[in-house]
Amino acid sequence: MKFLTDPVVARLQAEMRTPDLSGTRYRAVKFLGQGGMGVVWLAEDRVLERSVALKVLSAENSSADLAARLMQEAIVLARLEHPGIVPVHDAGTLPDGRTFYCMKHVEGQTLDRHIERLPLRQRLQLFQRVAEPLAFAHSRGVIHRDLKPRNIMVGLFGEVLIMDWGLAKVMSARDPSPAARQVSGQESTRAASCPPSLEALASEKSPTAHGAVLGTPGFMAPEQERGDISMIDQRTDVFALGAILQSMLEEQPGGRPARSLRAICAKAMSLEISLRYSSVEEMSADVGRYLDGMPVSAYRENLVERTVRLVSRNRVAVVLILAYLFMRLLFILFSRRG
Amino acid sequence: MTNKIVLGLVLGGVLGILDGLTAWFTPEVRKDLLGIVFGSTIKGIIAGILIGVFARKVNSLPLGIVFGLGVGALLAFLVAHFAQHGYYFEIMLPGAMVGLIVGYATQKYGASGQLQRT
Repeated sequence: MKFLTDPVVARLQAEMRTPDLSGTRYRAVKFLGQGGMGVVWLAEDRVLERSVALKVLSAENSSADLAARLMQEAIVLARLEHPGIVPVHDAGTLPDGRTFYCMKHVEGQTLDRHIERLPLRQRLQLFQRVAEPLAFAHSRGVIHRDLKPRNIMVGLFGEVLIMDWGLAKVMSARDPSPAARQVSGQESTRAASCPPSLEALASEKSPTAHGAVLGTPGFMAPEQERGDISMIDQRTDVFALGAILQSMLEEQPGGRPARSLRAICAKAMSLEISLRYSSVEEMSADVGRYLDGMPVSAYRENLVERTVRLVSRNRVAVVLILAYLFMRLLFILFSRRG
Repeated sequence: MTNKIVLGLVLGGVLGILDGLTAWFTPEVRKDLLGIVFGSTIKGIIAGILIGVFARKVNSLPLGIVFGLGVGALLAFLVAHFAQHGYYFEIMLPGAMVGLIVGYATQKYGASGQLQRT
């Protein structure tokens, strides 16, 4: 009996991993990465002659349930048309039976790497831009549920894109909080040929059992960690945003962040869901108030802090008034001497 | 947010009062304090309105400061020349300074008319 050598095994594994794109408009170029349920390939769209990213179910995870989940992710993404949400171009089934969807190939860095050399102000402005597409998704009843710095891409021209909506949950418009369901649906064939509306997605039965834990530790809200699906709403994403903001502040050079910023994180990451910001916009507005030198809703400042903030906000005006008073003082002193 | 003209008027008036009150520290003119405060306040109000109108028309911090400085100095010169017959330095320097502060404040703060219309 002859055993295969390691390079041969590695080669076979690579071949196994490569999706069968024969007969499609795509040509696999490079393996980009692996997610929870699929792999992402850089591919070339031969018709439009452009680079795209293909998210394909991995060969070992190609169950019908996961296929449906991937297709639902594509459907949700396709309906969330926003500059900050990665656009989907195509979806379907490959010749090898694996489900896939094709999206824009985003060149750039993940948020955690991008902010490494950014000063605090730019970090906060970037954070506000992360909140914009998320607020849009929430307005369409979609909760991301897996927000983390590695799922946020900053493009070459500074554009911010939220990626990986595989765990997204569609809320029912009729009953926004408790009677919502997960995107991870069934009926993938129907979805591919005749995609349902988001409302229809929300009204379908959830295949993910109550108690199933989906998300990333450290960015998961307590209700998500408990697997309490009925409690999940936009405030679950607010928690994750708070964790992202905290990580952005921790990594900043130049010491501890301001108390008001820490209070914003603390409020967003409250264990009690009702104590968090009620929406992403509300949290982003608080960050904006901090940037504008205004008091934030999450922190009640004392007299000294308020004075320091007002002075630093109106530095030039204070300097001018002090210069005027100093000049007046000199006049008084000289007139007395005279 | 306060209108730029109103802001200029109030700030010019308040600084004008303070400016006039400092005459109390000059014994030679202390007897004319009321007239000085009145004149200084009127000067501040006129300067404030002019600078406020300018700020409403022209949205530029450097130009606002230069205009404020110029208007403040000019009005102070007129007061020193026609009302006080002297004390040019003592009147013109603070007057120009008040104009500068009002010029900065009206550019930086206060709602412009154009913004209100949209």
